[in-house]
Amino acid sequence: MAEHSITRTPVGRRPGRYVLRAVVTAYLFLLVAWPLYLVGRNALADGFTSLGDILTDPDVTHALRLTVVIAVTAVVINTVFGVGISILLVRYDFPGKRTLNALLDMPLSVSPIVVGLALVLVYGGREGWFGPTLEAAGFQIIFATPGMVLATVFVALPLVIREVVPVLQEIGDEQEQAARSLGANAVQTFRRITLPAIKWGVIYGVVLSLARSLGEFGAVKVVSGNVLGETRTATLVVEEKYLNFDKGGSYATAFLLALVAVACIIVVSVLRPKEDR
Amino acid sequence: MSIEIVNVGKRFGDFVALDDVSVSIPSGRLTALLGPSGGGKSTLLRIIAGLERADVGKVEIEGVDATGLPPQKRNVGFVFQHYAAFKHLTVRRNVAFGLEIRKRPKDEIRRRVDELLALVHLEQFAERLPAQLSGGQRQRMALARALAVEPTVLLLDEPFGALDAKVRKELRDWLRRLHDEVHVTTVFVTHDQEEALEVADEIVVINEGRVEQIGSPDDLYDRPANEFVMRFLGPVTQLGDQLVRPHDLQLFSGGTTGVAARVTRVTRIGFEIRVDVATTGGQPVTVTLTRNEFLALGIAVDSEVRVQLAPGSPSTTVSTPEQRTAEPSLATTTS
Ligand SMILES: Nc1ncnc2c1ncn2[C@@H]1O[C@H](COP(=O)(O)OP(=O)(O)OP(=O)(O)O)[C@@H](O)[C@H]1O
Ligand SMILES: [Mg+2]
Repeated sequence: MAEHSITRTPVGRRPGRYVLRAVVTAYLFLLVAWPLYLVGRNALADGFTSLGDILTDPDVTHALRLTVVIAVTAVVINTVFGVGISILLVRYDFPGKRTLNALLDMPLSVSPIVVGLALVLVYGGREGWFGPTLEAAGFQIIFATPGMVLATVFVALPLVIREVVPVLQEIGDEQEQAARSLGANAVQTFRRITLPAIKWGVIYGVVLSLARSLGEFGAVKVVSGNVLGETRTATLVVEEKYLNFDKGGSYATAFLLALVAVACIIVVSVLRPKEDR
Repeated sequence: MSIEIVNVGKRFGDFVALDDVSVSIPSGRLTALLGPSGGGKSTLLRIIAGLERADVGKVEIEGVDATGLPPQKRNVGFVFQHYAAFKHLTVRRNVAFGLEIRKRPKDEIRRRVDELLALVHLEQFAERLPAQLSGGQRQRMALARALAVEPTVLLLDEPFGALDAKVRKELRDWLRRLHDEVHVTTVFVTHDQEEALEVADEIVVINEGRVEQIGSPDDLYDRPANEFVMRFLGPVTQLGDQLVRPHDLQLFSGGTTGVAARVTRVTRIGFEIRVDVATTGGQPVTVTLTRNEFLALGIAVDSEVRVQLAPGSPSTTVSTPEQRTAEPSLATTTS
């Protein structure tokens, strides 16, 4: 995008272009690059000892594993429902469509803490609206992994949908109709025509959701109960270590989280140009 | 009869897109659905294909009641105006799609696809993606793809509408020849009367959701059922209360036949000469003559002439006297 607008800028306004570039670079540097760099430097301040320490601490490795399990589960759920909801939104007309559309943006606008509290109100084991019933049937949601998955699903819900909906709108439904007229049923049409066409949108959505899910803190903190070695995720470890003046461990864990997020971004940017082929 | 459409109606909200339409489409023929934009042609075609549901009425294909059948059970081939090529599949896989869905053996698919690619002259493009083809090539691929499943009927929605005039003309001739080879019952939508007259065995004129006339190109041209069909199929002008074709009018430089008039303007348009005259009653009439006819008459602006309709020429009575002359008609621009 930036490339296009630059080539269209009249020659006479070149100095403006350089000023703008400098401002944006400085802004991003001060806001993103420098702080992230400092996290890395702190984590590696005494070589790899901090990193080694946290990776051998069973509580931390458990937290990391739990984070991955929760994030992957949440991403799978969000991908399946995200693609389903996108198709519903783009290809079908039904009463309440606008309301649904507006609701889908809620997770982006509501604070994750509020999400956590709301989930406790509904699924809380003792006083929740639905929780006691589930508890009686043997399912614990709040203060257990399902609740944390639920919270993560909630906050990352719109990401796949917001990536897939525009792609679906752009490809239109003629290819799908052609497939139907050639004898394909709904499932065959989806697998052979729709899915390959929206593939990149889904992949970006998944990567974004994964990054978001790995880093989720507020909502998960409320519903997890933060029990050491049980429901403590990586982000909660960072906070706990930080509050306990274990700066080294806290930065090392934070560094790992940042590393995964950066890896996600690199994956996205490597994939993106291929889309234009 | 291959396709039987009985009392079909379709609304979009309050808007009536099709109003009690009944058409019989004969087997093995090339039928055109012709009409102005928004008339309901695509809607009717999509109802035949099952891509749209009729609110009322019945659709029968080769004796089978298809009214409630989903598109994949109707065995129709559908060709879209904008090709609807499967963008992520090669030309070969595009054409093979219907056969793969039907789980035909691999060799059979390969053989059949090769045959079809030869039929549409795309053999050397088999391994390309649709994005690497021109519009005309994409549309031929779409045709091969539709023909691959050996449909009982082939439906084409303005198949050449998105192509430039020259390619459109080539493909139009090619479709006619293809049809003479393959003989599958074919229905194609067009709003170009010339295309319909030139290619179709049978034309169904549709306007504002109703069928105006069904017949052969000759029927429609020589015996238009009403003023709409007369106007839509070619240029018209008005003489008295009769709507006639400008080239069916005769001019005489003397004598007593016909109506007296004075030449107001002479325009040369390619191989035709257009002569505008005004009758003594003040009615403007347009006559088109060949160059030789014009020279033989020896007339110029302000000459006194007499105008009459050549015997046996088609005409219809005008219902709205304000509408006159050939110029405002939609048809003059395309013929
Ligand atoms: N899905 C739809 N929703 C609402 N109105 C529609 C829909 N499809 C078609 N229409 C309306 O129905 C009328 C007939 O449409 P149709 O596409 O059949 O026209 P057409 O004869 O094919 O015209 P064209 O030559 O422009 O393609 C149009 O006025 C159109 O606006
Ligand atoms: Mg149409």
